[in-house]
Amino acid sequence: MKPLQNLSRLLPGQSAAVTGLNATGPMRRRLQDIGLVQGTMVKCLGASPLGDPSAYLIRGAVIALRHQDASSVLVDGQAV
Amino acid sequence: MGLSKESTGARAAGTELAIEKKDPGDFVLALAGNPNVGKSTVFNALTNLHQHTGNWPGKTVSNAQGYCQRQGQGYVLVDLPGCYSLLAHSAEEEVARDFLCFGGADAAVVVCDATCLERNLILVLQAMEITPNVVVCVNLLDEAQRKHIEVDLKKLSALLGVPVVGAAARSGRGLEELMAAAGKSARGQSPRKGGVVIPYPPVIEEAVKKLMPPIENLCGEKIDPRWLALKLLDSSGLTLELALEKKLGIRLRAQSQVRQALQGLQAEWERQGVTPESLRDEIAAGAVRRAEEIAAQVVGQGQNGYSQRDQKWDQFLTGQATGFPVMLLLLLGIFWLTITGANYPSGLLSSALFWLGDRLRELCQACLSPPWLTGLLVDGIYRTLAWVVSVMLPPMAIFFPLFTLLEDLGYLPRIAFNLDRCFQSCGACGKQSLTTAMGFGCNAAGVVGCRIIDSPRERLIAMLTNNFVPCNGRLPMLIALITMFFAGAAGGFGGSLLSAVMLLGVILLGIAMTLAASKFLSQTLLKGEPSSFTLELPPYRRPQIGKVILRSVFDRTLFVLGRAAAVAAPAGLIIWLLANITIGDATLLAHCAGFLDPFARLFGLDGVILLAFILGLPANEIVIPLIIMAYTSGGALVELTDLTALRALLVENGWTWLTALCTLLFGLMHWPCSTTCMTIQKESQSLKWTAVAFLLPTVCGLGLCFLVATAARLLGAA
Repeated sequence: MKPLQNLSRLLPGQSAAVTGLNATGPMRRRLQDIGLVQGTMVKCLGASPLGDPSAYLIRGAVIALRHQDASSVLVDGQAV
Repeated sequence: MGLSKESTGARAAGTELAIEKKDPGDFVLALAGNPNVGKSTVFNALTNLHQHTGNWPGKTVSNAQGYCQRQGQGYVLVDLPGCYSLLAHSAEEEVARDFLCFGGADAAVVVCDATCLERNLILVLQAMEITPNVVVCVNLLDEAQRKHIEVDLKKLSALLGVPVVGAAARSGRGLEELMAAAGKSARGQSPRKGGVVIPYPPVIEEAVKKLMPPIENLCGEKIDPRWLALKLLDSSGLTLELALEKKLGIRLRAQSQVRQALQGLQAEWERQGVTPESLRDEIAAGAVRRAEEIAAQVVGQGQNGYSQRDQKWDQFLTGQATGFPVMLLLLLGIFWLTITGANYPSGLLSSALFWLGDRLRELCQACLSPPWLTGLLVDGIYRTLAWVVSVMLPPMAIFFPLFTLLEDLGYLPRIAFNLDRCFQSCGACGKQSLTTAMGFGCNAAGVVGCRIIDSPRERLIAMLTNNFVPCNGRLPMLIALITMFFAGAAGGFGGSLLSAVMLLGVILLGIAMTLAASKFLSQTLLKGEPSSFTLELPPYRRPQIGKVILRSVFDRTLFVLGRAAAVAAPAGLIIWLLANITIGDATLLAHCAGFLDPFARLFGLDGVILLAFILGLPANEIVIPLIIMAYTSGGALVELTDLTALRALLVENGWTWLTALCTLLFGLMHWPCSTTCMTIQKESQSLKWTAVAFLLPTVCGLGLCFLVATAARLLGAA
């Protein structure tokens, strides 16, 4: 197992499983609401034209997250 | 946009919801669901109302209610704001939760998107924890079919233990079955079957077991005790406890039995090293996991709503090389179609209306009414109305449907996605670009739409800067000025294209000013870091072109025009009176305009223009008509059948390209109309922020006009 990564490091086309959340308060809840809990597979679809935010495929829905927020979502190192 | 009879104008400000039953026996049905799953479409189809619909999350921001009847039974339907969860982290979620909990809903209809069922089921499960009378409506089956997604509705119903109805609300499919199921559920004939809705890990289940008996003692059967126990464990349930206290007079946490049980639990958790945070996580994860399990059994493997085609479109519309050019070209195209398309009907309308005006005058004269009355009615009220209709109606009737098409397609969230970086660097929320886009329809609706922004600081920024984009009332004014003074000379295709390019430039200036003002606010009055947000990019949906045209013409155009006309009539009267009452050696109009003139000239305007803007406070649509009225009302009748004649009139009254440019800039940036001001006051609950909202664009507009006018004069260009 490679060291822990976060969602913002995923390249377009790569997927990884969520291992935890670093966010606190309302953002933590909001991330859970859209289905980001331990074990959720997330695929990075690509960044917006200005490089931030990026779009992710989460449980069948496309959600845009800013870099800062995506880096609070921890994923396992085995991006596929 | 979010613009319809329900969401525009004074009604935009209404937030309180009082259930209006026509008969005490009526049932109340709550419509809940994730954002953008077609709740409003279901609501409209059932109630024959015209709550605005569009393909982006968050356009229903307040509760709407409607009425329908089936087999003699009346139903009050309440369209709750879309939310992802009922754990109540935001204002909308709290509204939805409290309504399901205390609102007196006899049954809850949870609308789901068949193309994204797993995520939608989270909310279904949470609703089922609150109330046993739930009906699940799996909507957008037509979209799902197109994407080859199969949902086993029977199995879903068996797994959930509540009725499930499949629907394609846009074409009306499944709605009667839905009403039948909802009616049965409201009568209590189909309560949820089966065991617990969401199973939780042992630590939570044990705590619930300990908390339930005292809660049952206190609250009885009114509210599900298991759910209340879970809320006590999840400290974000505090707002619920306040609501409980208000509605039922019970202070749950203060009761000795509950307090003792909680204290016992806390001691145990400390021993086991369980934190409150981890409990909250487990509660949230419980619903997500259960939804995953159920979805895995009812939706085919590997089928999801985000198709290859959607992905290709996204790569094009939000791609690094293509995103911005496509966005600009689309806007340009819309403006070009609006300008070109509006030109001909506009001339036709004004000829017809002025011919009618002449007949009216003859009629009045024949009826021997005094000349002043004829003047007042025909030259004052009727003429202003005629101007409003002929200048404003055609561009609105073209712009609205085009914009609505983009909205229905699902393009607006992509604009937000593309532009977010800009808003982020200005310390604002990315969803502000959605509310900005709403502002194109109506600034008041845009201000109400700001509720989709969670952070209070960012919501205020969005509200205060919404007026920098021209609403549909101001857009025709900008078009008329550009066509007359800057592009008209070219004529033909080149002319209209040039007009569209210039209009695009003006709009981009408005957007740049929005960003600049947001940055200014977030560095001065509203200091703070940009907060986190999530933005859903919904699948592209095929718009229903016929419906879009019908709805946008009837709901938006005619409504907005009606409002303008209602304001134009008295304003026309005032202008006519001002122009025809003489005090001393000049008319009142001349006095007023003369008084404002020296000040207005500083900014490249004149007294009449400024007066028209002031009188246009209730509705910006009437500014240009009022200017025309003021120039013509005192003097001889002028035949003004098209924009060329209009231009001649303005030039005669001392207009130069500089006057036109400054009027244009001031039209883009000045005080919000009175409806918008009232809405800001209502939404912000603060006179101070309303004053800022009034002053901010005004100061920017005057400042820019002053710079332009002074520079032009110094350079000798005008």
